[in-house]
Amino acid sequence: MNWRRLWAVVIKELRQLRRDRITLGMIVGVPIVQLMLFGYAINLNPRHLPAAIADQAQTSGSRQLVMDLLATGVIEPVANARSPQQLMIMLRRGEISVGVVIPRDFERRRTQGEEAVQVLVDGSDTVVQNAAIQLAQMPLTYVPAQPRGAAGRGASVPLPQLPISVVAFYNPQRVSAINIVPGLIGIILTMTMVMFTAISIVRERERGNMELLIATPVSSAELMLGKVLPYGVIGLIQTSLVLLAGVLLFQVPIRGSLLDVYWSAILLILANLSLGLLISTRAQSQFQAMQMTFFVFVPSILLSGFMFPFEGMPKPAQWIAEFLPLTHFLRLIRGVMLRGADLSELWPDWLALVVFIVLMMTLAIARFRKRLD
Amino acid sequence: METDIAIRARDLSKKFGALRAVDNLNLTVNHRQVYGFLGPNGSGKSTSIRMLCGLLTPSAGEIEVLGLRIPEQAEELRRHIGYMTQQFSLFTDLTLRENLDFLAAVQNLPSAQARQRVEELLQEYGFAGRAEQMAATLSGGQKQRLALAGSVIHKPELLFLDEPTSAVDPESRRDFWEKLFELADAGTTILVSSHYMDEAERCHRLAILDHGRLVADGSPAALTGALEGRTLEVRAERPRHAKQVLLQVPGVISAAQIGNSLRVLCEETDDCAARIERAFGERQVRAEVRPTVPSLEDVFVAATSQAPEEPVGEGS
Repeated sequence: MNWRRLWAVVIKELRQLRRDRITLGMIVGVPIVQLMLFGYAINLNPRHLPAAIADQAQTSGSRQLVMDLLATGVIEPVANARSPQQLMIMLRRGEISVGVVIPRDFERRRTQGEEAVQVLVDGSDTVVQNAAIQLAQMPLTYVPAQPRGAAGRGASVPLPQLPISVVAFYNPQRVSAINIVPGLIGIILTMTMVMFTAISIVRERERGNMELLIATPVSSAELMLGKVLPYGVIGLIQTSLVLLAGVLLFQVPIRGSLLDVYWSAILLILANLSLGLLISTRAQSQFQAMQMTFFVFVPSILLSGFMFPFEGMPKPAQWIAEFLPLTHFLRLIRGVMLRGADLSELWPDWLALVVFIVLMMTLAIARFRKRLD
Repeated sequence: METDIAIRARDLSKKFGALRAVDNLNLTVNHRQVYGFLGPNGSGKSTSIRMLCGLLTPSAGEIEVLGLRIPEQAEELRRHIGYMTQQFSLFTDLTLRENLDFLAAVQNLPSAQARQRVEELLQEYGFAGRAEQMAATLSGGQKQRLALAGSVIHKPELLFLDEPTSAVDPESRRDFWEKLFELADAGTTILVSSHYMDEAERCHRLAILDHGRLVADGSPAALTGALEGRTLEVRAERPRHAKQVLLQVPGVISAAQIGNSLRVLCEETDDCAARIERAFGERQVRAEVRPTVPSLEDVFVAATSQAPEEPVGEGS
């Protein structure tokens, strides 16, 4: 390892990067755009679902129920309806996602413990459906418990089902951003780091620079490290960017130590860079490098636990996920940022990342030959 | 004599699948020579050069370059050679100075020396005052000059140039060759491939490659001298008709039209001219046949027509 040569490769890489506006834009643009998308637009706990309520009972009790429903903020009335038929038409047309029917005999049904309210849901969106199901459970467990006016009745009424109490730890307000921002660091690093390294090496091969480089005394390790180091720094800048925006815009807590957050990020960055290097030894063109990147990126998003809870996935999917660096990073970063865990408590996951890095790096350097054949 | 040999290759072969890109090549290049590789596209010039500088592993054969066994000692060799690729391979998104700085560092020149050398090269190669220009903005000829400057930054003993002037205008080519002779005078051994005859003529020694095989090897004068008496010039009223008649005459290897005349290459050991006159007489072709001085192009045609794929001619 010759430091002067290594440094020359790093400087060359940075100079080229400085002039590559598109890549430069992606480095800053991708984290910001993704943060905004996932933080604001994509909300897995929807609020303000368009709804219509057909209150056919028009009693003080039914009006109280409507008020309670609206107070949850989950639904927002956008239209008036008189009958369930009307609601169904609006539902079919997509004007509303949720329809609430309060029948004429609402008071009688309630005192007799029958199902008093019907909630019609647009089941084509499972997220909406889940929200509505929770909504439907709420008033019936809450209303009888209210002492005001209904106390006597409430005590004598057998509840139609046991009150289900859900206690949400760590994210009691069920704000998606808190869960998503730490994961987003992982998503962004996985997407950009693998792609940047893979492409930067394949591009040199495509443009013929590689033939010149391998005819010089520069060693494989100098070449690889010199390429990886600048992107590693860029990865840390992206991490800081998402963290900063997450804390400022979405009040995401960092309950563990900031140092642990960065250690986790460095491990993921190295894992992705070494994977990118391995891809670069295989890919013949920049297009192929992109394809291979997405081959890793899509399962990472779907299986790592970022989109769906890890425990809910079938076993084979979980086994595959264990081979993805993002899975381990998510456990680390959520542990550190949201639960205030210490890295030493999360040793299986950082150990997995270290093993991954060593394996990929060894394979990449072994596969990279200073030969053309 | 042993110490005077810069490159020696014995029975060198390279197969890509079923294709024999280089087939039993034997080669000796002396120090301080400009040695030319002449051959059509796909004749194995690039493959040979890449094997000689250790970028490709030979399928068979032995290579010794500057006393080093290749490919085993290729890493050691890289300090002593310069290599200019066929395609422009410097970084187009770096300035001229940045490109040279990078190469100087990669060649491990100490910083102070590197700075001085880069400045020297910028002057010598006509880039004074343009050091901060992007390499992408250079013309074809300028790019080749920059690439040459980059390949000699560490003053290598041996320089490999793979078709350095294939996409360059004639004037730039002349300038480029001036530089090559300057380098040769300074003691650099140069192996250069080309498919231009005029460039081949300038080399001290020449190897003609065809279908991966060495079909001729020698100094340009020796090679053309060997064809003495085998080249004819035919001036005909209807050259295209005359050519058809010519090609049917036994012993004629090729007939190429040059303006209104035809340049004819005959096989060795027979009186071709007389036979041509006879054929013209029978077919009533009005033409004048006279001997002419052989050129390297004739050497090339004579040499390549011996390849097994080409049925024309049976020259020894």
